[in-house]
Amino acid sequence: LPRRPPAAAGSCPVGPCGRRAYAPPGERKRFYQNVSISQGEGGFEINLDHRKLKTPQAKLFTVPSEALAIAVATEWDSQKDTIKFYTMHLTTLCNTALDNPTQRDKTQLIRAAVKFLETDTVCYRVEEPPALAELQKNEWDPVVAWAEKRYNVTIGSSTSILGPNIPASTRETFVSHLASYNMWALQGIEFVITQLKSLILSMSLIDRHITVEKAVLLSRLEEEYQIQRWGNVEWAHDYDLCELRARTAAGTLFVHLCSESSTVKHKLLQD
Amino acid sequence: MAALGAPLRTLRALLRELRHAAGRSYRDSPAYHHVLAAFRAHRVTSEKLCRAQQELHFQAATYLCLLRSVREHEALHREYHGRGERSPQETAGLVGFRLPQQPGGKG
Repeated sequence: LPRRPPAAAGSCPVGPCGRRAYAPPGERKRFYQNVSISQGEGGFEINLDHRKLKTPQAKLFTVPSEALAIAVATEWDSQKDTIKFYTMHLTTLCNTALDNPTQRDKTQLIRAAVKFLETDTVCYRVEEPPALAELQKNEWDPVVAWAEKRYNVTIGSSTSILGPNIPASTRETFVSHLASYNMWALQGIEFVITQLKSLILSMSLIDRHITVEKAVLLSRLEEEYQIQRWGNVEWAHDYDLCELRARTAAGTLFVHLCSESSTVKHKLLQD
Repeated sequence: MAALGAPLRTLRALLRELRHAAGRSYRDSPAYHHVLAAFRAHRVTSEKLCRAQQELHFQAATYLCLLRSVREHEALHREYHGRGERSPQETAGLVGFRLPQQPGGKG
């Protein structure tokens, strides 16, 4: 992220310890004491003290699910001295759903999501080194097989630079499946796909076939292989791993909370 | 269904993460109440493979992953990326130099 120094002519202001004295953008001081939730006309709202939270485009922040509102409120309440926006993934997802800054409609979102299948990570195989090719076969083949069975489609994998040849019927199946999700859930699904770089892994995750940790591991399979071989660099590898896990988990939770009805179904006691 | 382990373990870890996030008053937080209420509501079931129970457990495990990853990411950021720029004195000191003292200021 580019960090712009303050617009002071000449040298930047220097603080007491000789450091540049500006707050990096993306953080500001926590300006509220209490975070609470209330129910309004359009859904659940977040209150920071007496102020109602708004989106970046100044719309009222409302979410359809109480559980989601609670999770967002927890994000705001867990900020300490400064508000670190880059850690507030659920808030960001809600803002995206409310503002729709890329101004895409449902069809465009679905098209963007399904387009990823042509370059799906788990379909793109290497031929060497043989150990990595073997690892990809062992780890990724089961997931592809699961997707083919679950959705009754043909996907396959490829070592060619052009990638797998996805039949039109496969594409259509995924398009009609994704059309069953509402707009909010679709924003979440498209987000997860962009993070994992794989439609198949994302569907596997959203269908609860694998956990977030497993999906991230499969997405980063080659990196993990290289780490095993050459060593781990905490400030890069672990940093990226945690960030990917956080974003993927946020996206998945967002999809599930936006696409369910949270009524407890009481089972009738059976004799 | 994903391999998740024991629900009680997930619940305990999730409550621990909420404590990390919220601090002292985490037991009053809406998240705490919501998580406990959800787990209690799904406890009483005659079926071993209750689908709603599994869905809840998956959701809890996902939320746990989110809270844990955010905390770990923040810790790594603080440790490795949060220091800001070094001052010119520090930069010079990296290779053993000192900045020249120029009487009457620079240039």
